[in-house]
Amino acid sequence: MAEELKLFRTWSSPYSLRVVHALKIKGLEYETILEDLQNKSAAVLEYNPTYKKVPVLVHNGKPICESLLILEYIDETWKQRPLLPQDPYQKAMARFWAKFGDDKVLPSIWTVFISQGKEQEEAIAPAAGNLKFLEEQLKGKKFFGGETIGYLDLAFGWMANLISILEEIVDLKLVDPEIFPLLSTWMNTFSDDPVIKECWPPRDKMVEKFKAMREPYLQRTA
Amino acid sequence: MATEKVKVLGFWPSPFVMRARIALNMKSVEYEFQEENVMVSKSDLLLKSNPVYKKIPVLIHADRPVCESLIIVQYVDEVWASGPAILPSDPYDRATARFWATYIDDKWFPRLFAILLSEGEEAKKAAEESGEGLVLLEEAFTKCSKGQKFFGGERISYLDIALGCFLAWTRVIEKMGNVSLIDETKTPNLFKWAHHFCADDAVKDVMPDTDKLYHFSKFLVSKVKGSAAQK
Repeated sequence: MAEELKLFRTWSSPYSLRVVHALKIKGLEYETILEDLQNKSAAVLEYNPTYKKVPVLVHNGKPICESLLILEYIDETWKQRPLLPQDPYQKAMARFWAKFGDDKVLPSIWTVFISQGKEQEEAIAPAAGNLKFLEEQLKGKKFFGGETIGYLDLAFGWMANLISILEEIVDLKLVDPEIFPLLSTWMNTFSDDPVIKECWPPRDKMVEKFKAMREPYLQRTA
Repeated sequence: MATEKVKVLGFWPSPFVMRARIALNMKSVEYEFQEENVMVSKSDLLLKSNPVYKKIPVLIHADRPVCESLIIVQYVDEVWASGPAILPSDPYDRATARFWATYIDDKWFPRLFAILLSEGEEAKKAAEESGEGLVLLEEAFTKCSKGQKFFGGERISYLDIALGCFLAWTRVIEKMGNVSLIDETKTPNLFKWAHHFCADDAVKDVMPDTDKLYHFSKFLVSKVKGSAAQK
């Protein structure tokens, strides 16, 4: 039976990018449907009634939601070029750190990005504390996944893409290469990988987008 | 690997700790349970084993800690692969089970406890939202169970564990909040499922006694609301 694979996503969302990269690594062909979050398609609302969000991967008519779960689904369905470690303990660690990334790292970096003045100063230490854990995880490794890009690298891919953009906008070092040398190196190595580079959204459009996202927060304190 | 020593750090009222214990029971794995009264203090072992969150449950297997209850359940399923399967075998069914388990943790459980820990209008809203969440889970149950007793079919599975661990708390919260959550009319299938789940061999010895939990919850509420009043 011919496989039908569709990905509903936006052009810029880091969560969507995880899935794009995973599909690329696995060498899978699929149809992309770009969504406008201000005007979501009936298909997305039907496929993801709980959250009404993207990305949604639809495989032979069946929807899978939540980017990290989509990654696991892709890895379990197409066995070539494994994304998750085979060993149960290593797999548990990958899942743990991916969840830590979404629950703690991303929100703490975002807080630094959208706050100002004293609030921003106070947000830096918690963010740095979270990054320290990631720095530890990279000791002796080229990628979080070891020698090749894996699930955890894709989970943290948003850092490689977004951090320098956010730093440019707020004029602040979020991941200082002197404090986080391994993480900084990883961000460059990941970004330079041919598979990843091919699917990066245009930087100038990203800067514009995130500047616009920051506006309402700046005006709140004005 | 499967024969190495297993220890669980936990606290008897915690639904998340229950998940780890149910999984180990399903696989007939012997383990040592170290009770941590986290309301009073945390052991050095806990702080060392879970430096990121300093929370229970922690599963320590062959001296290596695994944290976060749903991650522990999957780990147990994968290490003791010869025992009854906890996750479904089909990738799509697995994705569905994981999706609803994540929904329970991210969206439903905070609303459930908000009924207990907040007041007035906020508590009322939390009760409504918990009820709406249960209606969604009722629909999910109908699809996953395919007419059988559990989300997993004839036997309990990942999603049964993810939701079922809250059943003692839902009974307590129904009593304390004077609300009906798992309701015979609104969620008839979950109502029946709750009885089956609580009676399961892997569950019944680790489900906290409702009266004991009721007293604990009064203590918890006074502690939380007391410290909130002091702010």
